[in-house]
Amino acid sequence: MAEPTRSPAHEEFRRRDLVLSLSERIAEKAEGLGPLRIMHVCGTHERSINRFGIRGLLPGCVKVIAGPGCPVCVCPVSDIAAARKIAKVPSVILATFGDMLTVPAPDGSLQSARSEGADIRIVYSAADALELARSESGREVVFFSVGFETTVAPTAAIVASLAGRPQKNFSLIVSNRVVPEALELICSSPELSIDGFILPGHVSVIIGSDAYLPLARDRKIPCAVVGFESVDLLAGILDLLEQIRSGIAVVANSYSRAVLSGGNAKAKAFIAKVFEPCDAVWRGMGVLPGTGLSLRSEYSAYDAISKFGVKVGTEDEGVPEGCLCPLVMTGQREPEQCPHFGRACRPENPVGPCMVSDEGTCKIRIEFGDAG
Amino acid sequence: MCLAMPMKVVEIYKAESGIAGGAGGGGAEGVGEFGGVRRKVSFQLLEKVELGDYVLVHAGFAIAVVDEEDARETIDAMDEACIDG
Amino acid sequence: MNAVEMGHGSGGTLMEELIQRIRSVFSSSYLDQGLDSAILPPVDGKLAFTTDSFVVRPLFFPGGDIGKLAVCGTVNDLSVVGATARYLSSSLILEEGLPLETLDRVISSMAAAAREAGVEIVTGDTKVVEKGHGDGVFITTAGLGSIREGIDLSGALLSPGDVLIVSGSLGDHAMTILGLRESLGFASALTSDCAPLNGMIKALLDSKAEPLFMRDITRGGLAAVLCELAALRAAALEVEEDALPLRDEVRALGELLGIDPLSMANEGKILVAVRESRADAALAALRAHRYGRDARAIGRVVALGAEGVRMRTSSGGMRRVTRPYAEKLPRIC
Repeated sequence: MAEPTRSPAHEEFRRRDLVLSLSERIAEKAEGLGPLRIMHVCGTHERSINRFGIRGLLPGCVKVIAGPGCPVCVCPVSDIAAARKIAKVPSVILATFGDMLTVPAPDGSLQSARSEGADIRIVYSAADALELARSESGREVVFFSVGFETTVAPTAAIVASLAGRPQKNFSLIVSNRVVPEALELICSSPELSIDGFILPGHVSVIIGSDAYLPLARDRKIPCAVVGFESVDLLAGILDLLEQIRSGIAVVANSYSRAVLSGGNAKAKAFIAKVFEPCDAVWRGMGVLPGTGLSLRSEYSAYDAISKFGVKVGTEDEGVPEGCLCPLVMTGQREPEQCPHFGRACRPENPVGPCMVSDEGTCKIRIEFGDAG
Repeated sequence: MCLAMPMKVVEIYKAESGIAGGAGGGGAEGVGEFGGVRRKVSFQLLEKVELGDYVLVHAGFAIAVVDEEDARETIDAMDEACIDG
Repeated sequence: MNAVEMGHGSGGTLMEELIQRIRSVFSSSYLDQGLDSAILPPVDGKLAFTTDSFVVRPLFFPGGDIGKLAVCGTVNDLSVVGATARYLSSSLILEEGLPLETLDRVISSMAAAAREAGVEIVTGDTKVVEKGHGDGVFITTAGLGSIREGIDLSGALLSPGDVLIVSGSLGDHAMTILGLRESLGFASALTSDCAPLNGMIKALLDSKAEPLFMRDITRGGLAAVLCELAALRAAALEVEEDALPLRDEVRALGELLGIDPLSMANEGKILVAVRESRADAALAALRAHRYGRDARAIGRVVALGAEGVRMRTSSGGMRRVTRPYAEKLPRIC
């Protein structure tokens, strides 16, 4: 009889009886608190919320809003244009995550570059891309590096390994973003009036719950680091309500089975070794200071932009006309409030990036919808 | 942002020239299993890992060892709170 | 010579040799007649006619191959409309350089599937394209069957309260292929569920189940079939996530890759709708057959007049089920 390979603890975090009991307790706690807006900043959280039908289990006064949790959605037009340009160089194989292929951009997507002859291949990690470089020694492999800290950590480990084992035909277009600074900037927008943050569980595995202390301490916004199962989500929301009720603001760790206050030291070390922070454009939201990453000078040989001598614009070229992605991504509009949602804008013919990525709020909503 | 599922560590081996082998022969690799599905996993981002541990795997890298005891305590506390109503 | 050459497609003796090679495996008296068209005996009642092309990669996978897929797919398309599958055609487009041994395997597989299904491959065609212009083998099959009297599987008689039943585990085929094709580095014991279902469907039609609606679950998975039914009859359908039969590995790959098994294709499963009073009979008939052992009631028709498909998730909350837009690529971030 084979031993079970499902984590027993993992299974418990989907128990229906716990889900029901937590949603009852949430309803009790929410009484008399007035309308509350709780924001998460993780596409995977939005996916879990929809997949488990979480919003339907909450009282009407508690609204969970999707924030900017989609790294593909915020990838600037200038980066896509640079990737297209590099991909069209005959010796180049551009290795990219599947989601990035169809993101619309004024001069065309990566997919249209592919149909124009560019060799663009889908990979699932930087490791895949490096493997490709090793097996295609006559070609130049360029990895389009997109993602938040969870993905940055493995990428950094891969790049760090190049110090001991260089790979001349490998380079990266670094378009990664980091979360805590972005949260600060959301807080600075008074019109958003967020009553609490559901913090991204796996980003937090890397950076640790302490990374968000300034939010709670200085901005006085209740925070909870939350996992991805149904029980996790409801337990995190309950914790936030308890904080709100008690008038306190701390960073609660509701994902303590995976997240430490200091995060993953080894992962953080790799990131710090390979990357340094920089200002970066979030498509449709302008330049957010300190939210980007660039390769440190020791690894500059692996920077595709300088290797191929491409000029990358530093302006935010925004989203297509009439697209409300930036407002959806900052929680100022629901997808259903966008006039294009489900009509002119569908996954098969997206107007904006939120309808393209599996982490995009609009794509998730149209897939799972609001079944109440 | 990040899909990561807990996989059970069913094999640990030192990767000589594996992708995640890194410089100086460091960086353990192994095999994780989840629901009958196996995958090669790098443990390079972990301080330590043992056979039978459950690790969260993202992009082929284990990013954390799941603390089963902590998980159980969390569930027990929730169960208690539910009984207390 | 042990590979397909351009000459095999150009009408000379080389082509004759190839055709003979194929004919001898299919062993049909119609094929042996060597006519430009097979002349078939008349059939009673209405004819069902279907066609499909098969371009699967890789050609061979656990549980089947492109040949088996082609025969079973066409047999099943006939069977789910209530036809008794009888005759198939087989058109092959071969890529120059395809090892003849590979072709032999594919052809044998087609013949074996046809034998199991009790159908005959009566006519065919073979073309060869230059190396680099094909993917080894492409197969197009067409099928003819005769409709059984008194059967209406169109869903016209669907009513609120009717029970929805699937004949077994979902997503097996697509998850098997996805795991292989995309070089994701996953390994599992998962196999495609590719199978000819005419025997199982006949058993169901012969029983007291009296199915009102039947579709085979292929591209787009169960989600696509449910959405099609909902659209067809302006029906509100509800399914239970906990009731869905899913192999551990399919569930696990779905979680690991962020893919909904509901949207993953099968190649050997059907969805049927029956009156609630007939559900037990339907389940018994399906489960008595080797391809229906894991049949399960998964939901019901809630109402007519308001199209939509909802699912009660394992956690108790409700979510919508929508038609998947395209073959999912696993997401990473």
